[in-house]
Amino acid sequence: MGKAVLTGKHFWYGDIAIAEGAIAAGCRFFAGYPITPASEIAEHISRRFPEIGGICVQFEDELAAMAAILGASWAGAKSMTATSGPGLSLMTENLGLGVMMEVPTVVVDIQRGGPSTGLPTLTAQGDVMQAKWGSHGPYEIIALSPDSPQEAFDLTIRCFNLAEKYRVPVILLASETVGHSAGKVIVPPEDEIELIDRKKPTVPPEEYLPYRPDEDLIPPMAYAGEGYAICTTGLTHDEKGYPDVSAEAQEKLVRRLNDKIRKHMEEIVDVEEENMEDAKIAVVSYGQVSRPAKRAVKMAREEGIKAGSIKLITIWPFAENVIRKWAKQVELFIVPELNYGQIYLEVKREAAGNSETVLVPRMGGELITPQEIYREIKKVSKK
Amino acid sequence: MSHKMTKGKKPLPPQELHPMDQWLRSERMPHIWCAGCGIGPTLYAWARALDTVGIDKDKVVYVSGIGCSGRGSGYLDVDGFHTTHGRAIPFATGIKLVKPDLCVNVISGDGDIFSIGGNHFIHACRKNVDLLVICINNFIYGMTGGQLAATTPLGDYSTTTPYGNIEPPFNTPYLADASGAVYVARWTSIHVRLLEKSIAEALRMKGFRYIEVLSPCPVNYGRRNKLREVDDIAKWFWQSSVIKHGADTREVQIEKGKPIILGNFVKREKKLSYYDELKKLEEKVKRAAEGKK
Repeated sequence: MGKAVLTGKHFWYGDIAIAEGAIAAGCRFFAGYPITPASEIAEHISRRFPEIGGICVQFEDELAAMAAILGASWAGAKSMTATSGPGLSLMTENLGLGVMMEVPTVVVDIQRGGPSTGLPTLTAQGDVMQAKWGSHGPYEIIALSPDSPQEAFDLTIRCFNLAEKYRVPVILLASETVGHSAGKVIVPPEDEIELIDRKKPTVPPEEYLPYRPDEDLIPPMAYAGEGYAICTTGLTHDEKGYPDVSAEAQEKLVRRLNDKIRKHMEEIVDVEEENMEDAKIAVVSYGQVSRPAKRAVKMAREEGIKAGSIKLITIWPFAENVIRKWAKQVELFIVPELNYGQIYLEVKREAAGNSETVLVPRMGGELITPQEIYREIKKVSKK
Repeated sequence: MSHKMTKGKKPLPPQELHPMDQWLRSERMPHIWCAGCGIGPTLYAWARALDTVGIDKDKVVYVSGIGCSGRGSGYLDVDGFHTTHGRAIPFATGIKLVKPDLCVNVISGDGDIFSIGGNHFIHACRKNVDLLVICINNFIYGMTGGQLAATTPLGDYSTTTPYGNIEPPFNTPYLADASGAVYVARWTSIHVRLLEKSIAEALRMKGFRYIEVLSPCPVNYGRRNKLREVDDIAKWFWQSSVIKHGADTREVQIEKGKPIILGNFVKREKKLSYYDELKKLEEKVKRAAEGKK
């Protein structure tokens, strides 16, 4: 058996770091469909999995890949797929099923320019709202966004842990410039990687109800073939997993599916704050844009401008409490992002009544430079 | 509160149990299927075949998609997965590859498997994924009210072909055969014993096995096609069917006014299923790695 966790110092592309992060997290089932700029993840896993006893399958399309990782998860595997925007569009079908059936799994989206086929080889952050609202119906989902190969590795592991803990598909929302840029990645010793596994039933099959939640609103999960006669469906269902297409059942189930995320916001939401203590202007960024954003804040500080940086690591659920808290102190939020305003709208909503919010948009294709963000800070600081 | 299906009726007293009761979630009865529907007899044949072959109930997985047939996975007392429209096969593939010791079955409708899920069907055949796929073909979209299917015979009426169907239907055994399935058969839901034998035969094999079960839908197919009475379609099946084991699948297209060819058409020897091939590859990679050391 080959080594699963490649403890040591590496120089990896983000895509490779994601593949290795998944392996380190215990992922042993991967299903995919080729797409730029995410194909390197499947390529790397297809080489690595036979060494470590994982199953890697290239499917006929993203619809199938997403369905397969749900099935694999029900059979007890930690599973993952990787794609880009056009593939995520197809996957949202079964992403919804994953939410409804409460299936722990991880979907990696290496964002590229859109809409449609857009810019296949160039970067963007246009799938932020799709990650949240792509599938139909009211639901909560978790999405994290890395800014570098190292963070891609770390956050892939965290994606698995969150998926396992909350029984929900988790999206790693990376972008082409993370997937295709190389950097130092330190892989810790295996025993230092903290892993979470889903809760298993503690009662015998005759007492087990697949959708009876514990106090934390999350039901323990039995696997196929363990004698629990699991009944599960994409239809609205009761605690037995039996279809119950009534308004009452819908109310109870859908509230819980949302609340199991909303009530654990404190544990899920992660941000990185810099220079915020006395900041009057805050740059809110995520993914690779947070690197030029931090640089711009540093440049502004050198000029004596009271600027700070809030980097969102968790994209969904949105860090609303963080923005609301700082909105009392800062006069203005600047949101640079590689789209025409997505997280901007969230920040603006939470800051409303306290602070202004300014968007620094780029439609994708290339990153925003530190100078561009710095110029915006300088401009608003003179107001 | 008739819409609350999960409430159901109380379980029947023991002396009135259905002969296949150990396979059923009796508390969920009555089921949603109409009088004259062929889904029930098909599942009966399937459960009996599982009994005959002696498969441990805890190892049986039933994956279905959307439609009338899709609801079956919630009525049988096995691990049941009622998935999205068309995706039962890849979902089942995920389960099977992680737990190869399970007996994974996909039982779903013609719309599910051959329209929205057609691509998954041919690719799973090609890969020889170790699944038993039973398509309950009623020639129509039953649950949504009788719309045209990819299996509706030429000239037939549906709610979306009010002037008659101009599209030739799929000959599904031929499609399965051409795509590489190791077992291909066609029966009807009124040939329960022969169907059961065919399912048992398929259950004893490995690889991608396909059985088409023609099934009456008096309500949403028969009604518009001069087969209105509850047993009209069953009579049509009975009177028109010709059993021809080993028939050339190119010649089993269903056409009105012509014989319906039934039988076990294809039994192909393929040594390794997709999972076996994966494991063989894994061994090769490991040996190569050890060689390097």
